[in-house]
Amino acid sequence: MHTKTLAELKTGLTNGEFSSVELTQHFLDRIKNLDSKYNCFISVTEEAALAQARQCDEHLAAGDAPVLCGLPIAHKDIFCTEGIRTSCGSRMLDNFVPPYNAGVVDKIAKAGMVVLGKTNMDEFAMGSSNETSYYGPVKNPWHTDCVPGGSSGGSAAAVAACLSPVATATDTGGSIRQPAALCGITGLKPTYGRVSRWGMIAFASSLDQGGPMARTAEDAAMLLNVMAGLDSRDSTSTEHEVPDYTATLNQGIAGLTIGIPTEYFDEGLNPATEQAVRNALSELEKQGARLKEITLPHSHLSVPAYYVIAPAEASANLSRFDGARYGYRCKDPVDLHDMYMRSRAEAFGDEVKRRILVGAYCLSAGYYDAYYNKAMQVRRLIKNDFESAFSEVDVIAGPTCPNPAFEFGAKGDNPVAMYLEDIYTIAANLAGLPAMSLPCGFVDQKPVGLQLIGQYFDEARMLNISHRYQLATDWHCQSPSDVS
Amino acid sequence: MSIDRTDIEKLGELARIAVTEENIEATTRSINEVLALVDQLQSANTANVKPLANPLDATQRLRHDQISESNHRDDFQPLAPATENGLYLVPKVID
Amino acid sequence: MTWETVIGLEVHTQLATQTKIFSGASTEFGAEPNTQACAIDLAMPGTLPVLNEEALRMAVMFGLAIDADIGKISAFERKNYFYPDLPKGYQTTQLEKPIVLGGHVDIELADGSTKTIRIHHAHLEEDAGKSLHEDFHGMSGIDLNRAGTPLIEIVSEPDMSNADEAVAFAKKLHAIVTSLEICDGIMAHGSMRFDVNVSVRQLGDELGTRTETKNLNSFRFMEKAIKKEVERQIDLIEDGGSVRQETRLYDGDTDIARSMRSKEEANDYRYFPCPDLLPIEIDQAYIDAIKASLPELPEARHQRFMEQYQLSSYDAGVLGDDAATAQYFETTADQCDDAKLAANWVSGELAAKLNSEDMPIQQSPVSAEQLAALITRISDKTISNKMAREVFDAIWQGEGEPDAIIEARGLKQVSNSGAIEVMVDEVIANSAKQVDNYRNADVAKRPKMLGYFVGQIMTASKGQANPQQVNKILLSKLNALL
Repeated sequence: MHTKTLAELKTGLTNGEFSSVELTQHFLDRIKNLDSKYNCFISVTEEAALAQARQCDEHLAAGDAPVLCGLPIAHKDIFCTEGIRTSCGSRMLDNFVPPYNAGVVDKIAKAGMVVLGKTNMDEFAMGSSNETSYYGPVKNPWHTDCVPGGSSGGSAAAVAACLSPVATATDTGGSIRQPAALCGITGLKPTYGRVSRWGMIAFASSLDQGGPMARTAEDAAMLLNVMAGLDSRDSTSTEHEVPDYTATLNQGIAGLTIGIPTEYFDEGLNPATEQAVRNALSELEKQGARLKEITLPHSHLSVPAYYVIAPAEASANLSRFDGARYGYRCKDPVDLHDMYMRSRAEAFGDEVKRRILVGAYCLSAGYYDAYYNKAMQVRRLIKNDFESAFSEVDVIAGPTCPNPAFEFGAKGDNPVAMYLEDIYTIAANLAGLPAMSLPCGFVDQKPVGLQLIGQYFDEARMLNISHRYQLATDWHCQSPSDVS
Repeated sequence: MSIDRTDIEKLGELARIAVTEENIEATTRSINEVLALVDQLQSANTANVKPLANPLDATQRLRHDQISESNHRDDFQPLAPATENGLYLVPKVID
Repeated sequence: MTWETVIGLEVHTQLATQTKIFSGASTEFGAEPNTQACAIDLAMPGTLPVLNEEALRMAVMFGLAIDADIGKISAFERKNYFYPDLPKGYQTTQLEKPIVLGGHVDIELADGSTKTIRIHHAHLEEDAGKSLHEDFHGMSGIDLNRAGTPLIEIVSEPDMSNADEAVAFAKKLHAIVTSLEICDGIMAHGSMRFDVNVSVRQLGDELGTRTETKNLNSFRFMEKAIKKEVERQIDLIEDGGSVRQETRLYDGDTDIARSMRSKEEANDYRYFPCPDLLPIEIDQAYIDAIKASLPELPEARHQRFMEQYQLSSYDAGVLGDDAATAQYFETTADQCDDAKLAANWVSGELAAKLNSEDMPIQQSPVSAEQLAALITRISDKTISNKMAREVFDAIWQGEGEPDAIIEARGLKQVSNSGAIEVMVDEVIANSAKQVDNYRNADVAKRPKMLGYFVGQIMTASKGQANPQQVNKILLSKLNALL
């Protein structure tokens, strides 16, 4: 049952092949049996899930079921869930049970989905390997010695190991696409503003965007259908109309122009990864798409710009974690200053502290212009690069990551080596463009991702191309050994 | 630009994060690695480029001035480390 | 040595919106602690701000009222610092692109001349919560009801040169914002709070080092604080010392000022554009529409009160500067049809009583309607002024409506001339000797002799006869005997 796609499970539920309770119990059993090996979940909400599934079965029987009624899902632990601990992977929020839901959680609940639990992640979404989680790293289901990617590593590994058919995730610099690539699944970061950020614990507000993780483009489209749309509680959420992303999946791709940025095939790219990506591009060409070499001349500045902007925003966003109103407070503070200093030092991990300090530095008097303002200017140059590229092409394609999954500890204690794993994903966040990753092959039995970057609000086109690709290939159908 | 341990202490103070003696060296070193990375920005020619704060260049939507929130103190205060008589308690504030 | 004082003000003005600047929680004053602090105000994780359109509109109204430019694009920034009354660890405020730019406020000086105080800018921002310092086992209590209340911070140029000018400026601002009805102006609630920047220099010298005295919430305290600070600075310099740039606190009750310890560390607020809020775009049509609907401003009202109600310039100022007082006065005057009497009562008896109880006019136990009814009874001679004061006190004590009180206390003045004539006749008949004396007295002395007769008549009427009528009838009857 767990190897079925979301679309197939929906059909099964509708046709009465199994009930939502059976389906939910099946996934809960898998989590119980296998998650000790992967550490995908921070919290499993068994009772609530089964209660919800029972209700869904009633709706399915009554014929008044909402669109994704009874289908299981897991939420990244960055989305606030009413009555369910929401830790954001941090000791700071280990005891935090929000009395409200994230906008995305509400929308998914309204669509009738059953929440299995909350998935592990890098602390406050800061990381590319899931090694910064307070709850321990997630293991890559393909190779348990390797990282699943980050920060949405728990969601990616849960979907890859079929512990949940789909999951929510967030992407600030690649946190959906990179783990999707490393775990061999399909993940989509929508256009900035497409999905509500309300109740999604902020890392870098101008870059953060929630999106779906699934095994197929079709499933991602089904989930995005219910995640996307205006939320009046988020000022940056857009009024742009939400199309039915499943409606255009089957369209032919003949005649489309796909831009191949020279800069994404540089010397940093693993040759075997490059080969897999080139093969995927050939497949698209075979289906009638035209490949066109393009250039994004400021690409090399995206990582430096990101590591000013994201830490700067984070340094302010994380100031609210001060031990006063919720979350961790150090033992016996001698005074107010001590409460702040020790609560934050004790409850934040090294990477979070590092980014807060870097952010404070980039914004501090005398450095604002050289760092923050400069980065915001470079951000516009990067956006301009994309805009001129999109005057010639319909979509941009390239690798999601330079390398397949690496082993735990491989990046040592040099943060920059880790940061460079996001070299191809960060630019889409800076420009606010939609982008996705889909499986396109293996290197050393480790999955490789093809990245598509679309025009603003053109998620449907990327999903269409991905779906056509998945109709012709079976990379997305491969599963790690535990699945069968 | 590179920074030394005094700078780190100052930043720790600004960000209210205690940096202990045992990890100040490592912190200084790793932050300098990050700063070396971001220093690549200085190579960009940004003359007359308007900073981009929001990727969509969108403008602010407004909210009607209508009360939409009711009292949920009893839901929020159990989350706090210390409360009394409806107040959040923190170590004494000295102006 | 001749010293010159340079004063600039930063005025935090709470906007009279129903809800917070970035959340839908109520801004009403005086609620139980933290009952009006919603998830956004508490900075719960994942919560986001959305701007209140009314706060924006009110800020634009203020800008237009002081002849300022309105920022067509304005933006919010984050000002980063840690304090328990600041839940997010940053204040959402405006720095680079404020909503109101420039403008001026004109004040009248003691010598009758006018001085223009330039406004540097005014910006929108959120208020902080409150730290309650009474002891909770060595802890402080934090109430975040006020957190997120919309403010405009009005920043003047350093154009004032003494405490009187600063107070006049502050009062004029109060008059403007209350007239616009964008602030309730209730100082006791902290609706307007003043930060005062003061420096001194010897005439002709460069600007001296300034200090900032924060959070003064009454005109009187502001005046005292400025005078004290000027004196302190001059003493310091004359004793060979120098003024240190610092933030100071002034306690109006003890008249003690001191340096603020928590502000001593060098602050680096790390301002940057708030990524959760987008730039606000305002078009000319929006500005024009607000301009067209601006209510009457204090200066115009002052003029109108002089013309419409025949008030002196002084009275027009006393009654017209504060919007709530003006409204109270106009309601009273219009309903009792005696503007002069209404003016006397509102600026006299009522103002004194409110002042002694430290009560804003909005909360007056005697409504404008009740005062008008009372004044009507004075004008129609039902009661005397003296009785009216008694009735006023009774209304204040909540004893009911004026007519009912007059009735219940038997205060009705006898104005029936027939009844008075009977009493006058009786007194004249019983006072043959006094009538003779009157008749034989020198004409110039006669008026002084009336007192006896009036006294007798008032006694006979138990004080209820209308004195003017008594005088009139008595005079005509006595003169008829000459």
